[in-house]
Amino acid sequence: MNDAILSARGLVKSYGNSPALRGVTFEVAAGEIVAVTGPSGCGKSTLLHCLSGILRPDAGEVVYREQRVDLMPESARARLRRSELGVLFQFGQLVAELTAAENVSLPLLLAGTGRRAARTAALTWLDRLGVAELAEQRPGEMSGGQQQRVALARALVTEPRVLFADEPTGALDTLAGEQVMAHLVRLARAHRTAVVLVTHEPRIAGYADREVIMRDGELADVALAAAR
Amino acid sequence: MSTSHVLLGLLAEGPKHGYELKRAHDAHMPRAKPLAFGQVYATLGRLQRDGLVAEGDRDREGGPERTSFALTAQGRERLDAWLSEVEAPAPFVASALLAKVVVALLAADGRRAGVYLAAQRAAHQQRLRELTAAKLDPESGLGDVIAADFAISHLDADLRWMDTTIARVADPNRGVRS
Ligand SMILES: Nc1ncnc2c1ncn2[C@@H]1O[C@H](COP(=O)(O)OP(=O)(O)O)[C@@H](O)[C@H]1O
Ligand SMILES: [Mg+2]
Repeated sequence: MNDAILSARGLVKSYGNSPALRGVTFEVAAGEIVAVTGPSGCGKSTLLHCLSGILRPDAGEVVYREQRVDLMPESARARLRRSELGVLFQFGQLVAELTAAENVSLPLLLAGTGRRAARTAALTWLDRLGVAELAEQRPGEMSGGQQQRVALARALVTEPRVLFADEPTGALDTLAGEQVMAHLVRLARAHRTAVVLVTHEPRIAGYADREVIMRDGELADVALAAAR
Repeated sequence: MSTSHVLLGLLAEGPKHGYELKRAHDAHMPRAKPLAFGQVYATLGRLQRDGLVAEGDRDREGGPERTSFALTAQGRERLDAWLSEVEAPAPFVASALLAKVVVALLAADGRRAGVYLAAQRAAHQQRLRELTAAKLDPESGLGDVIAADFAISHLDADLRWMDTTIARVADPNRGVRS
């Protein structure tokens, strides 16, 4: 695929002596939603952290629009994450002391956007996620599903080209999870955001265009994995 | 699922001709197979014989498609009883999926079972993607969404079982026996 917006080749990453990634090759096209599935501990989060520049791999390369993410200094990777990449975790991403609007404004303020413009954009994104009425509330006053929608607004407010979502519904009940996924898919399609969706739930992988399966630190063709 | 009970249910809102019943069935059961006319009339015939439905007005031209059918008091009782009855949890021995894996293990080996499971898994995941897309379609009504959910939940359960089984047949010593 030449239209890959993000690709990785031969990624290796160990924690001490235990390997978490053993040579992973992966790519995602602009606007594509890819699910990364596999049992707990197989290395999904480690892969996502390497792809998004949170972790530096021990070997292999990560290329985002012709830039070697793995070779960038931490400051440049952080800048990339603040502007062109978005990250959504399972929970606990919001700053407890800040209101929803302040939380969503944060990435824009860090990127140098003026206060007023940041607030306007934050309110727009809260509205797109159906939580405009929560703008002045703090995370502690919201349900898990509401918090996750605010976190999604925060991940998308910079209009990233790639969104990384690590078990985004893992802490939610089925209906709240479904709402988060419906918003995520709708907005990713509308803004042509590529999504790397890590999940161990088949029904959540059903929201993706394509699924890749990990086993023991490797991306496995499921047929090969089964036949091994 | 029992077609005769579904037809009783559809007649609960008022008498219908055979053709209207077929249309109502297909509209309300969007994931079920469309009902053949022959099956509608055969089922109505049995229900009539058992006193659960009765013929209502017949248009002058006659013919079965001009006859409307209405629920009898007995039919309403039967419908009520069916709605109150808990279904036996689906007997898993009937699952073609399980049967195939068992036969693959008997007739061949874990590898053969794994290859089948991998292909089946891909088909299941594909269907799950289609149903998820159908559910996200803004045109979908509540009936479509809950029907898609029902199918999705079952596929999800099958997929979990397949993932566990793929791991188990790949390494039979893992899990319960280790
Ligand atoms: N910070 C860490 N320190 C040490 N080991 C880790 C750390 N993070 C993950 N691991 C290990 O690396 C492997 C892969 O973990 P992870 O990427 O979190 O998998 P997954 O997200 O699929 O559950 C596991 O064996 C896990 O225990
Ligand atoms: Mg993880």
